[in-house]
Amino acid sequence: MKRFGDFTAVDGIDVEVRSGEAFGFLGPNGAGKSSTMRMVGCISPPSGGELRILDLDPVRDGPVIRARLGVCPQLDNLDPELTVRENLTVYARYFGISRRAARERAAELLDFVQLTERADSKVEPLSGGMKRRLTIARALVNEPEIVLLDEPTTGLDPQARHLVWERLFRLKQQGVTLVLTTHYMDEAEQLCDRLVVMDGGRIVAEGSPRALIERHSTREVVELRFAAESQEPFAGKLDGLGERVEVLPDRILLYVADGDAAVAEVATLGLNPANVLVRRSGLEDVFLHLTGRTLVD
Amino acid sequence: MAGVVGVSVAGSAREQGRTALPRVPALAVFNYFLVGYRRTWRAGVFSSFLLPVLTVLGFGLGVGAYIDQGVGGVRYLDWLVPGLIASTALQVAIGDSTWPVFSNFQWIKTYFAQSAAPLRVADILAGHLAFVMFRVLGTIAAFLLVTGLFGALRSPWALATLPVVTLLGLAVAAPTFAYAASVSSDSWLAMLFRFAVIPMTLFAGVFFPVESLPDALRWLAYATPLWHAVDVCRAATLGVAPQWSIVGHLLYLAAWALAGWLLALRAFRRRLVV
Repeated sequence: MKRFGDFTAVDGIDVEVRSGEAFGFLGPNGAGKSSTMRMVGCISPPSGGELRILDLDPVRDGPVIRARLGVCPQLDNLDPELTVRENLTVYARYFGISRRAARERAAELLDFVQLTERADSKVEPLSGGMKRRLTIARALVNEPEIVLLDEPTTGLDPQARHLVWERLFRLKQQGVTLVLTTHYMDEAEQLCDRLVVMDGGRIVAEGSPRALIERHSTREVVELRFAAESQEPFAGKLDGLGERVEVLPDRILLYVADGDAAVAEVATLGLNPANVLVRRSGLEDVFLHLTGRTLVD
Repeated sequence: MAGVVGVSVAGSAREQGRTALPRVPALAVFNYFLVGYRRTWRAGVFSSFLLPVLTVLGFGLGVGAYIDQGVGGVRYLDWLVPGLIASTALQVAIGDSTWPVFSNFQWIKTYFAQSAAPLRVADILAGHLAFVMFRVLGTIAAFLLVTGLFGALRSPWALATLPVVTLLGLAVAAPTFAYAASVSSDSWLAMLFRFAVIPMTLFAGVFFPVESLPDALRWLAYATPLWHAVDVCRAATLGVAPQWSIVGHLLYLAAWALAGWLLALRAFRRRLVV
């Protein structure tokens, strides 16, 4: 269980992050994602077991490992009083990068995250998306081999999210190992080669987004909404249709291989739903199936 | 919250990145505070010069005019200035170690950003303390310049106050760092001024000799780091021997600095390594 090359979460389930891949930790709030990230970031020592980052021991070689990591924390901790550029050049000095090299690197990175025009403005008035991009740029200042991203796009508007995703995708293409946490399923599908779903400190599923969908869901999902107080009475009639029928307060979900065929079958049963939607099954279906629909606080 | 854990993360498939570390990591941290200071020093520099001018005029010449015989035969202004040098150093050192340290944990969270870089907790602590010492030195250099122009420094030994106030600064800043890193709300910081800085400034021999205090209070004054710095500074600017041995004074301040450093390191580790 505590073998080299394996990841053990709270309850002792193993995962290994390979070179150059984008690896995701998914889970509801409180699943232990952020504390896992702090351990991987060599800030938080594990209370037991073995931790190997870049083939080194974080307890002994913390600074050496951190020199090769980039960390983008969940909450931006930029200095609001410094300029955008100074936030990068000052941080570069922590990695022993010379003043001149730091200035060059800052210019490259500001270009990469599209903040060149704001280089000399203070951080304070920047939008959330700009601050996030700057935090990502700061995480790249030492040309890291691994970049840790704790909920990189939480709280951003759609434009900002897509820009961040596109930049992260480019990093991945350059061969950088990405380790990220998220509870956005579209983010995980976009970015992750492989992921684990965590719940209550345990890992409940592991694999590529596609494999997880295949294993824990069907190819398509039909959403039926009946114009009635309760959807329950209709559910009984749908029994046996597809692999699984899930009844929600406002609609019924049919997990099926062929959505259109299922819709036709619903019609032959004499049912007349007010609203029909056929969609591809996604990671969200897997996630909700595995971690349940109950709100976690 | 984690129990048994075994993590392995491999690096990038591309060429290995840089692994260089800063030669003196604390200097990189010091540089950070210096860059921030570049934006605010102008406002500070004005008050650094104004404060000694006002205190020299108000206390030294104003109050001094009523003290005909001076203190032990020394003009009151000349006797007072070294005390003010030490107490100003104390105030700058503690002022710069309270809200700024608290904020770096609680509000701006700079320390957390720094601890994700290849810096050790000791580097972060040393870098910030070095900046506080730099502030103390700058303020006292201005103070010496002004009071020197008023003719209140009687001996070239006055320059020796610079290393002395730096040591005093460290002796009080280090435990204050520990305190600011441990309190849960910033209202505790104001208490430090009310119950430590102000009483020390009033009763540790800055404005009048501690010999005029009743015995119990006099021993309290001896226990403060401020009194030891005041006695050395006074000896330096007047060009006379101090009341106690200089080595004894410096050792006492060094003991405060060392104990403060250890306490601060422990408090910082508690916050940063969790």
